[in-house]
Amino acid sequence: MSRTILIFAEQRAATLKRSVFELIGLAQDLAAGGRVEVALLGQGTGALAEELARYGVQVHHCEDASLAQPHSDAYVAQLHALASELSPGAVLFTASAMGRDLAPRLAARLDAAFLAECLSLAGAGDGFEARKSMYGGKVFATLKTKGNASLVATIKPGAHAAASPAAGGAVRAVAVQPPAKVRAKVVAVHREETDTVDLQEADIVVSGGRGLKGPEHFHLVEELAKALGGAVGASRAIVDAGWVPHHYQVGQTGVTVSPKLYVAIGISGAIQHLAGMRSSGCIVAINKDAEAPIFKSADLGLVGDAFEILPLLTEGVRKAREGA
Amino acid sequence: MKIAVLIKQVPSSEARIRVAGGASVELADVELIVNPYDEYAMEAALQIKEKVGGEIAVFCMGGEKAEEALRTCLALGADRAVILRDPAFAGSDVSGIARILTAALRPFSPDLVLCGKLSIDSENSAVGIMVAELLDMAHASVVTQLELEGESKVRVKREIEGGLEELEIELPAVLTANKGLNEPRYASLKGIMMAKKKPMEVLDSSALSLAADAAGSGASKVEITAMEPPAERSAGRVLQGEPAEMVGQLLQYLKDEAKVL
Repeated sequence: MSRTILIFAEQRAATLKRSVFELIGLAQDLAAGGRVEVALLGQGTGALAEELARYGVQVHHCEDASLAQPHSDAYVAQLHALASELSPGAVLFTASAMGRDLAPRLAARLDAAFLAECLSLAGAGDGFEARKSMYGGKVFATLKTKGNASLVATIKPGAHAAASPAAGGAVRAVAVQPPAKVRAKVVAVHREETDTVDLQEADIVVSGGRGLKGPEHFHLVEELAKALGGAVGASRAIVDAGWVPHHYQVGQTGVTVSPKLYVAIGISGAIQHLAGMRSSGCIVAINKDAEAPIFKSADLGLVGDAFEILPLLTEGVRKAREGA
Repeated sequence: MKIAVLIKQVPSSEARIRVAGGASVELADVELIVNPYDEYAMEAALQIKEKVGGEIAVFCMGGEKAEEALRTCLALGADRAVILRDPAFAGSDVSGIARILTAALRPFSPDLVLCGKLSIDSENSAVGIMVAELLDMAHASVVTQLELEGESKVRVKREIEGGLEELEIELPAVLTANKGLNEPRYASLKGIMMAKKKPMEVLDSSALSLAADAAGSGASKVEITAMEPPAERSAGRVLQGEPAEMVGQLLQYLKDEAKVL
């Protein structure tokens, strides 16, 4: 059946999140010939509206100083106004810091069905069906919306292929009504000085654990990740030991990842870590201990000293990349 | 300050979870713990009470095992505990759970509601934020730093991709706690003794004046229709020997099979 799908085009500092184009692709599938509407909120985002329209979608461009930062009160009020006007069958967000912050609030205001962290989402009769991880990746659940309930959902990056440019898009300038009160106000954004890729969106993840012996050796992991163009992760053991911040942590009490390639270095493979990375495409493990449980989940394991292996490997990757 | 803490009991992160056929998991023999992120919420509440005084009430949906978790919170320094329990709550979706908690929180009229950023079993990251909406309060999620500013404001930092977002929030508000917010303490012996005398009440649907269509499977707009374990990975090759030789084979693998070079 055809339906209207509204997506939230997440942007920060006038740069669209890469996964917005995945949401457009997913929305086109779900709409099944119906309309794909895009909500773009911010300030100084005119070029982004044009960029989105080149994907054949209707862009609702909400441009106002009150939306310069993702204040939840202002953003949810604007999205609620758009949803009330367009009556979409579903409103889709990326499962990002911003999407996870706004989507539940909008779902409650719309009294909609809510599906979080969808690995896939498809139409099922009058409703929707999604797949998501539970128990830190130890279980995968299928969830269905009942009847013809409208849906608000957060979608994991990588759940759908990005859309291709298409004709027929347009931009509508929406008259923004700034909310009467903004009770939670974003006053500053502190960027970490880093040139690494975001863990949840990365195609390649290189993680380090206790086997590296100390934080002074963690640069070996970072260098390999950089050579591969991947993100850096960590085991809970070294996060708890304070070597790296919590947002590096892969596993049930950290981030669940499923990149094309996952490289585990000096990580023994506790159940909560394995659950957080076992749906990766290829898993490579490097560990001194031949009995480490990680080897049971790895496609390729190297039993040996990470301090000898890593410099050779990083050098080899650099050479292969330069030669390519 | 009146502080509410929402906690949930979840299987330990070290537990193996067995799918029990149909759309459920077998939890009979699984060790239950307080959701790790809720422990940061509890600690934050204790630190605020130490600074400015006030009252901490802890709320938890659950069966008899929930009493143990709540008794621990009382031993840590919470003043009272509320269990929300009714057979009619079974099958509630996240929205239903948010409505049950909201009904329990309303008469307490908290200045601050604290809970974990997500529960490590259902992983929705939603209930706390939905409660904020239903109570018409401000919220901030995934909070890693928290400072009171006078009696009507908090300043927080929350984790975003590649950095931190700093927010000023008017109270009353809901904050969802992330790892890194603090180091949760252990209960003292004196705390454990005192906890035995602290009030713990059990509230059901009628005590909460909850409408029949507010929670439970009938009210749910979402249902779990299947659960399955992750696909088995077949064990791959394990190499031993000279580092240079192993690295050579690994580079070949990255090129031919992982296709990343």
